[in-house]
Amino acid sequence: MLLRETLEAYDVAFATTDAKIAAQRGLADADILPDCNQNTPLKAFLCAVVAAKIILKHRPHIVLSTGAAPGYFCLLAGRLVGAKTLWIDSVANGEELSMCGKLSKKTAHACLTQWEHLADGSAVKYKGAVL
Amino acid sequence: MILVTVGMQLGFDRLIETMDQLAPSLGMEVIAQVGRGEYTPRNMEARISIAPAEFEQLIGRCQLIVAHAGIGTVLTAQRFGKPIVLFPRRFDHGEHRNDHQVATARHLDGRPGVLIAMDETELPARIDEGLSTNAGDAPISATAAQLRQAIGSFIETGKL
Repeated sequence: MLLRETLEAYDVAFATTDAKIAAQRGLADADILPDCNQNTPLKAFLCAVVAAKIILKHRPHIVLSTGAAPGYFCLLAGRLVGAKTLWIDSVANGEELSMCGKLSKKTAHACLTQWEHLADGSAVKYKGAVL
Repeated sequence: MILVTVGMQLGFDRLIETMDQLAPSLGMEVIAQVGRGEYTPRNMEARISIAPAEFEQLIGRCQLIVAHAGIGTVLTAQRFGKPIVLFPRRFDHGEHRNDHQVATARHLDGRPGVLIAMDETELPARIDEGLSTNAGDAPISATAAQLRQAIGSFIETGKL
């Protein structure tokens, strides 16, 4: 949401796990994914299927994800249809990269952390933060 | 009104007790979300937890937020354009499992609308500064501009 101004110049579709928050922020047409994490494998499977459907519906050229697992599934599905993919690790992860952030080092085209000390000089870059 | 919040996970008596002592001298209403602490405030309205919708309402009508150094709270303050005083939890006081809040506070020092009180003695002065800050008018931070530019560049060129 904090990056919305940056995206306004483009044809953009939002996907999130919380329909209420989307509506609250004026994004009633956002695609909704079921939430999941590494402890909910069945939900994760369902979430991956929904992510694939959303990606096939929009056929994006670029997929940006700020997390978490549902965002990562969208990013993976995007990668499979040829989109350029960018992982932006949440500013909440100031101690270490999130699990999906770590996975995205190998699977996304680029990976950003929002904490300078978490950049590793190669796959994980620091280019500013929402704060 | 000043809104004090320590997050929903842990109590934070050192902050709550300090704020309770300062409350009568602040000249305005103080509402505190105190979590599961031991200390019972006398000079401010205290609630263990506040539901998200009401919490956002309170953020919307407060003049200043005083909080533990939790990123979620900082993001909420920024979204509502409210100044925030951060008082980090400390490991040596048994307030968190490590000192990451101290690190967070140090990293955020100097950002528009964010003030840092490393301990109780620094709190009154930071509150005064916070009350005279209008974070809503603050320009976006240099780091936020940098991130926006990096993302714009990725969208245009596929590279950072």
